[in-house]
Amino acid sequence: MLFAFYVQFHGDYSPGGGFQAGVIMAVGIIIYGIVFDMEHAKKVLPPWFVHKMLAFGVLLYTFTGVISFFRGQNFLDYSALSRHSPTHGQHYGILIIELGVGITVSGVMIAIFYAFASRTSEINDAEW
Amino acid sequence: MSLPISHSDSFSLVEQLPILQILVPFVSAPLIVFIGNRTIAWWITFLASLISLLISINLLLLVNDGSIISYHIGGWAPPIGIEYRVDALNAFVLVLIALISTIVAPYAYKSVGNEIPKEHHTLFYAAYLLCVTGLMGVVITGDVFNVFVFLEISSLASYVLISLGSHRDKRALTSAFNYLIIGTIGATFFVIGIGLLYMVTGTLNMIDMAGLLEGKSSSSTVRSAFAFIIVGVGLKLAIYPLHIWLPKAYTFAPSFITAFLAATATKVAIYILLRFMFTIFRPSFLEELNVLNFVILPLSIAAMIIASLIAIFQKDFKGLLAYSSIAQVGYILLGISIMSESGLTAAIIHLFNHGITKVALFMVAGAYVIKRGGSLLTNLQGAGFTMPWTSAAAVVGCLSLIGVPGTAGFISKWILVEAAIENGKWPLAIVIIFSSLLAVVYCGRVIETLYFKNGNDETIVNESPLTMLISIWIASLACIYFGLSTDITISVSDLAAKMLYLK
Repeated sequence: MLFAFYVQFHGDYSPGGGFQAGVIMAVGIIIYGIVFDMEHAKKVLPPWFVHKMLAFGVLLYTFTGVISFFRGQNFLDYSALSRHSPTHGQHYGILIIELGVGITVSGVMIAIFYAFASRTSEINDAEW
Repeated sequence: MSLPISHSDSFSLVEQLPILQILVPFVSAPLIVFIGNRTIAWWITFLASLISLLISINLLLLVNDGSIISYHIGGWAPPIGIEYRVDALNAFVLVLIALISTIVAPYAYKSVGNEIPKEHHTLFYAAYLLCVTGLMGVVITGDVFNVFVFLEISSLASYVLISLGSHRDKRALTSAFNYLIIGTIGATFFVIGIGLLYMVTGTLNMIDMAGLLEGKSSSSTVRSAFAFIIVGVGLKLAIYPLHIWLPKAYTFAPSFITAFLAATATKVAIYILLRFMFTIFRPSFLEELNVLNFVILPLSIAAMIIASLIAIFQKDFKGLLAYSSIAQVGYILLGISIMSESGLTAAIIHLFNHGITKVALFMVAGAYVIKRGGSLLTNLQGAGFTMPWTSAAAVVGCLSLIGVPGTAGFISKWILVEAAIENGKWPLAIVIIFSSLLAVVYCGRVIETLYFKNGNDETIVNESPLTMLISIWIASLACIYFGLSTDITISVSDLAAKMLYLK
């Protein structure tokens, strides 16, 4: 998890970024779920929370982009994010956006794991 | 989701319209998941559709004089950055998508409530809005790879949406899977084609690519790229022999989704085809290869006749409409393959008119599903008396499908026939009329079952819910309106065709 945060926040000037960090983060939960039990994993991160997570990540991403509207720039133009210098703005921009990506990716990974691991039994013949 | 307008910084919402067109449905989708309430989900869907409609109408008004809006995402200039490019054709198709989405939204409330289990509602609406986002993105973008990305967004969402029909009929699962496999093959072909083009030109921007492709029409890489793209898009738009996924997917999907997809998904694929054929590979390239005469023309005629014949023998109302959709795609392709400005105008106008007509008819089919327990023609017997308003809308839709004067379908077929004769291709006019006669037969079957086959002599009126009726009748009245007042549709499609053909 710590490593995930490292990859997340150093992503803008070293290899890594939101996607990788999100996957590493999710792997933490998934391994926990495999080693102990699905029920334990679901106590740590309930499925409804995972859904909110992935929605929140996308919202974070888009609203970062939308902020630049109000500073008179185009969508996703990070230069508008800082009042001091465009470079600072770009720095913040990519950081926040990568955070959004990270949250969404880990959310999706965990959601997929939950969906597969807690699959219901095969469909009965009678249901066809 | 109205954005507060601040006057402190120099900015105008009008400049941001192209991106807002995508953002409004796109932000609404996670918002729905985040809030997680069924009723609010429906309201967000409805409002997002309505705002999209307003934005798209604004865009259409802005480009109606033949100008082009170019929007640079993140402030990066076009050949490197992604560009959203709006011209008359784009804006027209955007209006179609947003209009259909707004019309079907009130209908969704009861229809979805009836066909989808409650716990899936929020995710269902979220997926639906992502599908809308994808379709709009495909249309608005000026970057070929972006087209692929948005196409995949909308396709993935529609696979999910179609499979959710499984609560009514388990066969939805197999048909969604079928569509998934075929759709993915189509997307793969499409992206291979884009890859080849990128290899030749080193750019992904449409306008840039078109300029760089000039004089390279004899290169076999360019030619194979063209072939890959045509086949890939052809799978998505159900060109006649590549249509197998369509009837089943449309028959078993939830009614609301069928109505939306039938009116928009194939139309967007046709838009991609037009964009690639005329903006990226110029008309001169098409003439050189003669691909329209030898490939598209025969296939479109085959679609018009064979698909109409199959439609006649369908037992399911939705299946009948699905096959008729394939036939109508044939009309649009025929318009394209006439290879003249008037032909293109006919294709674009039929794209719009057919969208309006089909959405009305599929919504009617959905109403029968709820009230009569199914859309088989046997379920429909005598429905003309128990559901008078719904069935009257069905008749209007059928007339428009046939192309009876006074309906939208007549206008587009008339222009198509005119274009064919104008270019000395009068045998095509006969084919169009013959295919319309086949439409008379299958529509006649529907009307006959509705009004003249009263199996169990029911007379108690059991009308569909009011919200559904409102949607159905807005669509039906639109069929009539665009059949009587043709100023808007004809002038816009004329302009769009001119801009496509000259470039």
